[in-house]
Amino acid sequence: MRLFGRLALSTGLLVCLAMPAQALEKQLTVVTSYPKDLTTTFKKAFEQLHPDVKVEMLKKKTTAGVKYIQETASNNSSDLFWASAPDAFEVLKEDGLLQKYEVKATGIPEVIGSYPINDPDGFYKGFAGSGYGIMWNTRYLKAKNIPAPREWEDLAKPVYHGHTGMSAPSRSGTTHLTVETILQGEGWDKGWKLLKEIGGNFHTVTERSFGVPDGVNSGQFGVGIVIDFFGLSSQASGFPVEFVYPTVTTLVPANIAIVNKAPHPEAAAAFIEFLLSEEGQKILLDPKIRRLPVRPEIYAQAPKDFPNPFLDKSIGAKVKFDVVKSKNRYNLVNSLFDVMVTYRLDDLRKATKAVQDAEKAMAGKNNAEAAKMIAEAKALIAALPVDEARSFDKDFAAIFKKKRKKATDKVTGRQAEVEQQWDSMVKSNYAEAAKLARKAQSLL
Amino acid sequence: MPRIRTSYLVASSLAFFLLVFLVIPVGKVIYVAFQDSSTGALTLINFVDFFKTSLFRESFINSLYVAGMSVLFASIIAMPLAYFTTRFNFGGSIIIQTLGIVPLIMPPFVGAVAMQLLFGSNGSVNLLLDKWFGLNIPFMEGLNGVILVESIHYFPFILINLSAALNNIDRSMEEAAQNLGSTGMRLFRRIVLPLAMPGYLAGASLVFLKAFDDLGTPLLLNVNNMLATQAYLRISSIGISDPMGYVISVILVIFSLFSLWVSMLASRGKDYSGGGKGSSGLLKRDMRGWEKAGAYCLIIFLLVLVLSPHISLLLLSFGTIWSYSVLPDAFTTAHYVEVFSTTREYITNTLLYAGIAASFDVAIGVAISYVVLRTGVIGRRWLDYVATGALAVPGVVLGIGYLRTFNDFNVPFIGKPLASWWVIIVIALTIRRLPYALRACTAALHQVSITLEEAAENLGAGKTATVRKIIVPLMAGGIVAGFVTSFATATVELSATLMLVTAESDAPLAYGIYVFMQSAAGRGPGAALGLIAVVVVALGSYLAHHFIERNKRLQVNSTGQ
Repeated sequence: MRLFGRLALSTGLLVCLAMPAQALEKQLTVVTSYPKDLTTTFKKAFEQLHPDVKVEMLKKKTTAGVKYIQETASNNSSDLFWASAPDAFEVLKEDGLLQKYEVKATGIPEVIGSYPINDPDGFYKGFAGSGYGIMWNTRYLKAKNIPAPREWEDLAKPVYHGHTGMSAPSRSGTTHLTVETILQGEGWDKGWKLLKEIGGNFHTVTERSFGVPDGVNSGQFGVGIVIDFFGLSSQASGFPVEFVYPTVTTLVPANIAIVNKAPHPEAAAAFIEFLLSEEGQKILLDPKIRRLPVRPEIYAQAPKDFPNPFLDKSIGAKVKFDVVKSKNRYNLVNSLFDVMVTYRLDDLRKATKAVQDAEKAMAGKNNAEAAKMIAEAKALIAALPVDEARSFDKDFAAIFKKKRKKATDKVTGRQAEVEQQWDSMVKSNYAEAAKLARKAQSLL
Repeated sequence: MPRIRTSYLVASSLAFFLLVFLVIPVGKVIYVAFQDSSTGALTLINFVDFFKTSLFRESFINSLYVAGMSVLFASIIAMPLAYFTTRFNFGGSIIIQTLGIVPLIMPPFVGAVAMQLLFGSNGSVNLLLDKWFGLNIPFMEGLNGVILVESIHYFPFILINLSAALNNIDRSMEEAAQNLGSTGMRLFRRIVLPLAMPGYLAGASLVFLKAFDDLGTPLLLNVNNMLATQAYLRISSIGISDPMGYVISVILVIFSLFSLWVSMLASRGKDYSGGGKGSSGLLKRDMRGWEKAGAYCLIIFLLVLVLSPHISLLLLSFGTIWSYSVLPDAFTTAHYVEVFSTTREYITNTLLYAGIAASFDVAIGVAISYVVLRTGVIGRRWLDYVATGALAVPGVVLGIGYLRTFNDFNVPFIGKPLASWWVIIVIALTIRRLPYALRACTAALHQVSITLEEAAENLGAGKTATVRKIIVPLMAGGIVAGFVTSFATATVELSATLMLVTAESDAPLAYGIYVFMQSAAGRGPGAALGLIAVVVVALGSYLAHHFIERNKRLQVNSTGQ
């Protein structure tokens, strides 16, 4: 009965989609940052449905894809932009390089987790969700006798010092959302404090987001902060790794949009409809792809342990994610993270290690002077050059945007200038903190 | 004077080529370095910011330090290999010369993974050291890690150019010195090394520039405090148009040209050319037993060291899962099956693109070096500077520049923009790898005596005939060296290519590796593709060496020696 129902539904769907297929163009060019497993599966399924259309999947890193579409706009040959990071779509939208599209498919909710699935302005559509979490190499942790982490706070513990890795938010839009989620969930000051405590334990900050699962898979470092499908697909490929969602996590939508002046708009629309159809959404459950569908009914067909954000409200729902806030200070947060963590990782690591050592020496002892010094050192590490109010200051944030719309737009201050001020403060704070912590330890 | 007109014609067409495919596209991207970001006016304030920023000053010093140390270590590796294989009758010297080129080919991403699996803090070597001695040596950490990788990666520049130069030394010079009683180290130090100087300088300046401008290695080690990485990270992040990335690019270019100029000063006013007859290489002699054993030990040690990343790559391409262990868990051929069944066109595209690009490179390289060294064209040195400056231009800048410049230019008959035609990839490779061929050709021409050309002309040969029949054959060693380095490095170029690929069917191998290396399951097939690139290049350079040796024997026979 159930099988029959599904069959009937998909035939119905086939018929519905096959009707306009007559009018489709013969070609479709998709610029995408997705891996082969995902793109070839969708390409095959779509071409089966529309045998006349030849799909070209042009794989480019998200950043390269954005630049490619920007630079070729005057003589555009791309139809769709298909990638995860919503910020990449925002950039293209602001440049007027995307085309509005009204989705015909119905039955898709407004939000996944607490993040709106579709662009409120109607330019890009979410077709799947992914959550951030922690992955680890079981062999590595066993050999070094390190417990498996559960929560973000765990990663700040001394036992993980030198064993974790993450990508920089300026390098990966999805990592940015994770950082912003922590900042919104924990608050600006507490959030940055936690991020720096975690950062002080980093083995490395990778240049691309895939560098993190790559490093954990090789055993280059033991624990990585990654998006779920990186962890789970590594596991599916046989690597000795495991993955967990911490309680505070975001669900990040993965998106698709039609490029402005697309040469094959009908085929592009058909591809979006296919992606959002039950048929297309079911493909997401494939273990090699493994993303969370945006159609709630698909989860009925999912394997047993598959997380369902529409039922399980713990996934990505704890933080009420404010998109506007996030957007306004987007580049500022990226730059701040780079100045405080990425570019000064050595200094941060040294300071953190000194504090951890001092705290270890302190354990069980009572020394008010040393305790005060350690507290001071920690405060120095956590100190921020920018407070939350300033992070929302539009004029200040504009320094990091630098995209002058009109020749008359004026921005005062230059990013390099601001970054230099931050850098000198951060660097001397870290050095001072390390010195204080060592002094405290010598008292014990 | 028709002759002068010809040289101006050649020089101006070279200048035109460089202008259209290098200066204009790059200029269109990096002009923002000279723009006030708030008003759009012309300014140098961004450069003031550069020097005021402590992070950039540190990065500059780090890059300089890494480049200098890399030259030192690369020389230590390259000199014995070059010397033993050209100076002595040595079994398999062609094989050693061939294997010596392999380190130049470090496939993107997979090369990094292979290096980490071997030398990383939890790589095979450290796992063994830890097990046996409780040691952990941070080979791949920080600036020293960068120096290690750069020296292993780029020493072939010195090896190839120095060997070509040693092979080109006029034997009569050495004989004269011997007749005057000079032998052994003294002969080497006073006669052989100075005569081979153009080749060594060509190689060393390439190592210096490459290590200074290199992006791949610091990124692989996640060392951010170097100039090239700072430029790249700032240029390639989404949505920010921070001019500092472009400012750094300009500084990289200027500094590269400056150091090139310094290296040119070193060889100015000296005559390295052979005497009245064609040069025929050093006198080769046999080694005594213990000498031979020592030489073999040294060479084998060096080869194992420099080839270890590729041995690791080989294991990776045949391994199933390799994670926190000395060796992969098991072995399989499945990755090769996957590569050959799905992505064969990547391999043929690569051969085509890199082959054409390297041929153009040597042709342009010969032409530029000739114009610079043999004609009086005004401003001729700028051809050399500009072409070599390409070394310092980040690939992504060139890629963006091409899209910006050629997207609106529709190629006649093809009906699509030049920017999306596969030929643009070839042009990008040509420009990016031109400095290698150019340095090799310049060094080779330095060693050709002008008297031979004058003799030919006195006998009535025209300029073209002289170039074709006298100069090019005498430069053959350098030309082949240039071809091999350009070809080898072009096969694995990714940053510009990734920008310019517009159809999967046009994509080269590096793109294929990129696609594989985006997912956990793609590591094996990616490594297999990388290894195929290595094998292809090794075969190519073996054939090239074979060709030179045969040519040389023919030459020797025909001159009756």
